Amino acid sequence: MKKFVKAASAVLAASMVLSTTAFADATYKIGGIGPVTGPASAYGTAVMNAAQIAVDEINEAGGVNGYQLEFNPQDDEHDAEKSVNAYNTLKDWGMQMLLGTVTTNPCIAVSAEAAADNLFLLTPSASSEQAISAGDNEFQVCFTDPAQGTASAQYIGEHELASKVAVIYNSSDAYSAGIYATFRAEAENQPFEIVGGDLAFTDDSKTDFSAQIQAAKDAGAELVFMPFYYNEASIVFTQAASMDYSPIWFGVDGMDGILTVEGFDTSLAEGVMLLTPFSADAEDDLTKNFVAKYQEQFGEVPNQFAADAYDGIYALKAGLEKSGVSAEADFTEISDALKAAFTEIEVEGLTGVMTWTADGHVSKTPKAVVIENGAYKGL
Amino acid sequence: MSFLSYLINGISLGSVYAIIALGYTMVYGIAKMLNFAHGDVIMVGGYVAFTMMMNVGANPVVAVLVSIVVCTVLGIVIEAVAYRPLREAASPLAVLITAIGVSYLLQNVVLLIFSSNPKSFPSVVGVPDLKLAGGSLIITGKAIVTILSCIVIMIVLTTFINKTKPGQAMLAVSEDKGAARLMGINVNGTIALTFAIGSGLAAVAGVLLCSAYPSLTPYTGAMPGIKAFVAAVFGGIGSIPGAMVGGILLGVIEILAKAYISSQLADAIVFAVLIIVLLVKPTGLFGKQIQEKV
Repeated sequence: MKKFVKAASAVLAASMVLSTTAFADATYKIGGIGPVTGPASAYGTAVMNAAQIAVDEINEAGGVNGYQLEFNPQDDEHDAEKSVNAYNTLKDWGMQMLLGTVTTNPCIAVSAEAAADNLFLLTPSASSEQAISAGDNEFQVCFTDPAQGTASAQYIGEHELASKVAVIYNSSDAYSAGIYATFRAEAENQPFEIVGGDLAFTDDSKTDFSAQIQAAKDAGAELVFMPFYYNEASIVFTQAASMDYSPIWFGVDGMDGILTVEGFDTSLAEGVMLLTPFSADAEDDLTKNFVAKYQEQFGEVPNQFAADAYDGIYALKAGLEKSGVSAEADFTEISDALKAAFTEIEVEGLTGVMTWTADGHVSKTPKAVVIENGAYKGL
Repeated sequence: MSFLSYLINGISLGSVYAIIALGYTMVYGIAKMLNFAHGDVIMVGGYVAFTMMMNVGANPVVAVLVSIVVCTVLGIVIEAVAYRPLREAASPLAVLITAIGVSYLLQNVVLLIFSSNPKSFPSVVGVPDLKLAGGSLIITGKAIVTILSCIVIMIVLTTFINKTKPGQAMLAVSEDKGAARLMGINVNGTIALTFAIGSGLAAVAGVLLCSAYPSLTPYTGAMPGIKAFVAAVFGGIGSIPGAMVGGILLGVIEILAKAYISSQLADAIVFAVLIIVLLVKPTGLFGKQIQEKV
């Protein structure tokens, strides 16, 4: 018992030393939450890597308002409960603003907490409207799902890619169902029709897609719109190939990551189109510099999630500079300052020129890319 | 023609359920326990085969054989460590709860080793696809192999149980453990053998499941495990032909429900059918009416 008391007091003393040093040298503490492992890990990893690159760049250039940035990434495995746990861990760490969470369902859970605490939340990639609807302290770097659905329908219509389109989607996922709803609504105004009926699947039945693929094939769909994540997409491609069905596949940002699935035959994804605000082969200096750094440090070409995260950190920097809030302020003060600043800033990032409305939505223009020879190519 | 495609896909999916259900039903019939970790043994089988092929570079046949051996040993170990000490426990619930514990243990150990990043499972099946009626009806090689394996396994298993000594011992143990022991049958050994066979089948099911639906995560076994359990109950738990028929019917109902009723309601329909069957025939399609002795 005595030993235990001794050890405990030693730990306490040590932690006091640590906390005093932290006070003496204040930093902006940015938390990050996303799936670094798990079925959506390609997104979380990309976000955390790119955010770290941005933080290092800013710190090297002298920081923000004279303070350095500190970034603490946490894993949530794309699970809402684990995400809230990660949020609480970060709050114990002293987080002043959150870059996250990366995926939609966890973000809805965390955004309720962040709204109650008034902690500034900027999600790089959770694209559902609900992800940022809990409070006025929540903003997005990526498009909202409604915007993705509408933009995809418009793109398919304007470029006359097909006259018959089938949609397979995950009805148990807010992200997927949200995009499907707006796609369907916009399709009414476009010169193509949706065929094959309601081809939904759920989280409990996402191993077999043969019935949905067969229905799309029988209905003569020339294009299949797939508003869901790359993991299920890899199964759909494999099964469709064995059923001799090769329409134009059209994905959204969740398709980004398909080329990184271990063991997946990437030739099956050849010709897949997706709408994304970022393409790694763009020729501007900002993109070239970022892609080179990312490749050097992590050995792969950054995807759109990485770009969104990089832009997210720079947006936080712009907001902090605009408001001039100190790093010693507590998180509610910082949140109030950033809320006001975000509607006024304009950030030129990898994913285009971004401005924000007071309800947290971003405005920027999407680009279409196609997978060719195992890499993305801008259209 | 598309109806035929749906039907074949359904039989193929159902055959996988059937092979998994065989494991459930054998263990239940003989040890009178529900082995909820069965679905996760399937997942382990998938990972072993994946590692053998991708990291060791083994030939698919070797990979499948290694996977069967590993799962068989795993089944025996699980039985000896987790279930046998509880067999005489006062409440049959104890061993049921332990089975759920083993299921989580397996999932989390695999999560630690392989992380939860999904792996895309390479097909182990080299059989070419069969194209009929000018290409409008395609029977994939995977479906052919799955259905054939299912039939072969069922025939071998039935013969084994009815014609061999260890098989007869299994029957005896399932009828009356105490009497079997008095007749000189090694009850513990027989139950261990049952687990070994059930887990070996799980490895085969794991490889077939992942070949047809190529995404492997630590949770891959959970849902097929539950569906196969339903199939076993549907066919009459404890009955080998029942597991077979139950599994195939379940797969066909699931795919046809997706195709013709609603893809969202498919699972609800599958489980509703189960409820109806159990209301009409409480012991399942092939279940034996067991008289309670007072």
